[in-house]
Amino acid sequence: MGSDVQPLLEIRDLAITFQTANGPVEAVRNAHLTVMPGETVAIVGESGSGKSTTALAAIGLLPSNGGVSGGQIIFDGEDITNASEKRIVELRGNSIGMVPQDPMSNLNPVWKIGFQVKETLKANGLAGANSKERVAEVLTEAGLPDAATRAKQYPHEFSGGMRQRALIAIGLACRPRLLIADEPTSALDVTVQRQILDHLDSMTTELGTAVLLITHDLGLAAERAEKLVVMYKGQVVESGPALEILRNPQHPYTQRLVNSAPSLASRRLQSQKAKDALAAAAAELGSPVEPAPVVEAGHTPSTVHAAAKHAEPQASLAKGAQAGETILEIKNLTKVFKLRGALGKSTDFKAVDDVSFSVPRGTTMAIVGESGSGKSTVAQMALSLLAPTEGSIKFDGTDVTTLKGKPLFDFRRRVQPIFQDPYGSLDPMFNIYRTIEEPLKIHKIGDTKSREKKVRELLDQVSMPASTMHRYPNELSGGQRQRIAIARALALNPDVIICDEAVSALDVLVQAQVLNLLNQLQEDLGLTYLFITHDLAVVRQIADHVTVMQKGRVVEAASTDEVFSNPKQVYTQDLLNAIPGATLLV
Amino acid sequence: MLMFTFRRFLQLIPVFFGATLLVYFLVFATPGDPIAALSGGKPMAPAVEAALRAQYNLDQPFWVQYGLYLKNLVTLNLGQTFSGQDVSAVIARAYPVTARLAIMALTFEAVFGILFGVIAGLRKGKFFDSTVLVASLVVIAVPTFVLGFVLQLVVGVKLGWARPTVSGSAPWNELILPALVLGLVSLAYVIRLTRTSVGENMNADYVRTATAKGLSRRRVVVVHILRNSLIPVVTFLGADLGSLMGGAIVTEGIFNVPGIGNLLYKAIQKGESATVVAVVGILVIVFVVANLVVDLLYAWLDPRIRYV
Repeated sequence: MGSDVQPLLEIRDLAITFQTANGPVEAVRNAHLTVMPGETVAIVGESGSGKSTTALAAIGLLPSNGGVSGGQIIFDGEDITNASEKRIVELRGNSIGMVPQDPMSNLNPVWKIGFQVKETLKANGLAGANSKERVAEVLTEAGLPDAATRAKQYPHEFSGGMRQRALIAIGLACRPRLLIADEPTSALDVTVQRQILDHLDSMTTELGTAVLLITHDLGLAAERAEKLVVMYKGQVVESGPALEILRNPQHPYTQRLVNSAPSLASRRLQSQKAKDALAAAAAELGSPVEPAPVVEAGHTPSTVHAAAKHAEPQASLAKGAQAGETILEIKNLTKVFKLRGALGKSTDFKAVDDVSFSVPRGTTMAIVGESGSGKSTVAQMALSLLAPTEGSIKFDGTDVTTLKGKPLFDFRRRVQPIFQDPYGSLDPMFNIYRTIEEPLKIHKIGDTKSREKKVRELLDQVSMPASTMHRYPNELSGGQRQRIAIARALALNPDVIICDEAVSALDVLVQAQVLNLLNQLQEDLGLTYLFITHDLAVVRQIADHVTVMQKGRVVEAASTDEVFSNPKQVYTQDLLNAIPGATLLV
Repeated sequence: MLMFTFRRFLQLIPVFFGATLLVYFLVFATPGDPIAALSGGKPMAPAVEAALRAQYNLDQPFWVQYGLYLKNLVTLNLGQTFSGQDVSAVIARAYPVTARLAIMALTFEAVFGILFGVIAGLRKGKFFDSTVLVASLVVIAVPTFVLGFVLQLVVGVKLGWARPTVSGSAPWNELILPALVLGLVSLAYVIRLTRTSVGENMNADYVRTATAKGLSRRRVVVVHILRNSLIPVVTFLGADLGSLMGGAIVTEGIFNVPGIGNLLYKAIQKGESATVVAVVGILVIVFVVANLVVDLLYAWLDPRIRYV
């Protein structure tokens, strides 16, 4: 770029400090980045890396206990680091717009959408006599159909995707020169995500708006931005052209991030044992020694693939159970919810409609779908937490839908859940020891001493130090808590673990660790997983078979390889295409 | 919404009958003979006593008494007090006083409670906030009768700014002091509720988004923080209106306010079942209506709430 072009936003040596009860904490140090007019720059990092804080500082929106403690923020040649409140208010909306992360919480629930768009125009002196038409125009631009009518509705009458469109409309209403998009789609379904990002792309390109995109997803960042800025623990560790960073990461953190980005990984995880077995089987078959393709992406050569199939039974022959035998069989499962309508009338809503699949012992079945597809309802019914309207769930040969009393209690011991939110699924008043011991106590297994030994073993299995047992959930990070949830699920030596979005709340690197752990445990203990997720990239790494659900029905079911290499349904193809950055590294 | 309001009014019917029956029974079962109380415990000629019993239906069994009461009620005859006045006339005299007192107390606590609460919430941890918090804690901790007597003594007697007791007609200006005492405790709750609510909403995502849109601080506070914060406060104020309209026995007693609380207290002492039941019946209706108003206000403030 020519040196005569002035950067639109320049952040130099920025330091941001938060005043906390434990003294000042420096959240951002020596951050530097440059956004040229019309350019898209992405800040990538995990939660707590300071990426959002850096961007919010540029628009003067730091929380009240935070402040810029060093460096400069220069917008369009003007130093706005210590600009007056008045000047910042002038810049907001007009010159710097924002699209926030969570569409559910970022619109004021008590005002109509139209009102919230209109006050943006008004505040920046752009609401003339025809403000109503202008509001409709802005909403239409953001891809909201039937905008004039929609403007009269309240946020709760909108879906997540529609709300995010409204927020994009608000962010771009006053034609800012810079748009800060803070994880604009991470709360949305993958297919909606893609539509919204595409739309945002084309709008900002058309209007010539520069975008500062904040994301935790490296694939998404690389796909959408020309330049990447990688942040780690409050510092910028690497920045440069997107593809260059992706292909040739310099900083160790970036290298780890590139290696474990789920959207870029393209093969099933394997434990060391399986890899050994695979190599042995390959050697046995007399094929040229070709170690399992661990590092390079791409398709597994078919010979090794066949060998892998051959090797699998040996690897997962734990517990003396016959691999391949069906442990969980779901047939014609249907769940109808009654929805309360007007005047006491109720309508039926089929959340799950005639779903059938079976899971062989020792394998992982993934159920994939968007929110509202009924996948979690299936999980709840499989856990016998929700009674199905029709159909049967056979666990190890017995129908569990009719179980009561003691047999149900025994069934609970053999099927354990891991839920999505590790913050919500651990009792904050229980220490870790009590959390893990509780299932043993309930099922009257062992005495105090043997239970303590078991808890130690379990903590060891999930790679947590034994000293953790006296701590409380709030002292642990998200990834650590999820490990505790896994340990609790393992306490009863279950046959099946049902993971309902077990890794979707975790940062990329932590997610990779937890997936590896789950995989290792599967090999060691012969566990069977039913893995509920919306994220096909995760499926690729953990599942043997995939069931794709849409609107309560199974639309596609096949082995993972088949689904990824040859998706039959348009819906599945959409889901696959929606994985950000999937096409970048081939 | 109309349907909802209508149904709520239908609910009044069982509530009214249930409440009057219960109160009637309680008065009936209260130990002590109202006729004996009427004569001041002095012996009375048997013929006079029998005539009095017959006049107030006290010689009838409970169900007949209640039935006769209901029958009179249909013709809007609420019965008579022992001194021979129509109960309806007595209530008609006392109720406006209580209503006036309640409205003044509610206005006082709403205006100052929300004002102080918002300022304290916006400046959490600062001087104003801490002062208001401590003061409200003191007000909550001190019982009303202490507060009432102290203010009566200081403002009414020592300073002479207001009449220590209220005269028979209970004009607005004389009710200021009692209303202040009556509203003070609720004021403390309103302040604390508003403060917490504002503090929570201040950090809401949509408030940050509103700021990012380029709105002035003032507009963000008034349009985006205030309305959302008022939702729980309105619920509290509505419920409080219900109880204020029910008369304040302690406060009315201290300032000698001729309101419904005073009337009810005296009627209970005398065992005048007709008066007690009529007053309680009215209070039940007032309370139910006040709650309905709160629910409707709630729906108006929060569009996510829709009644069907």
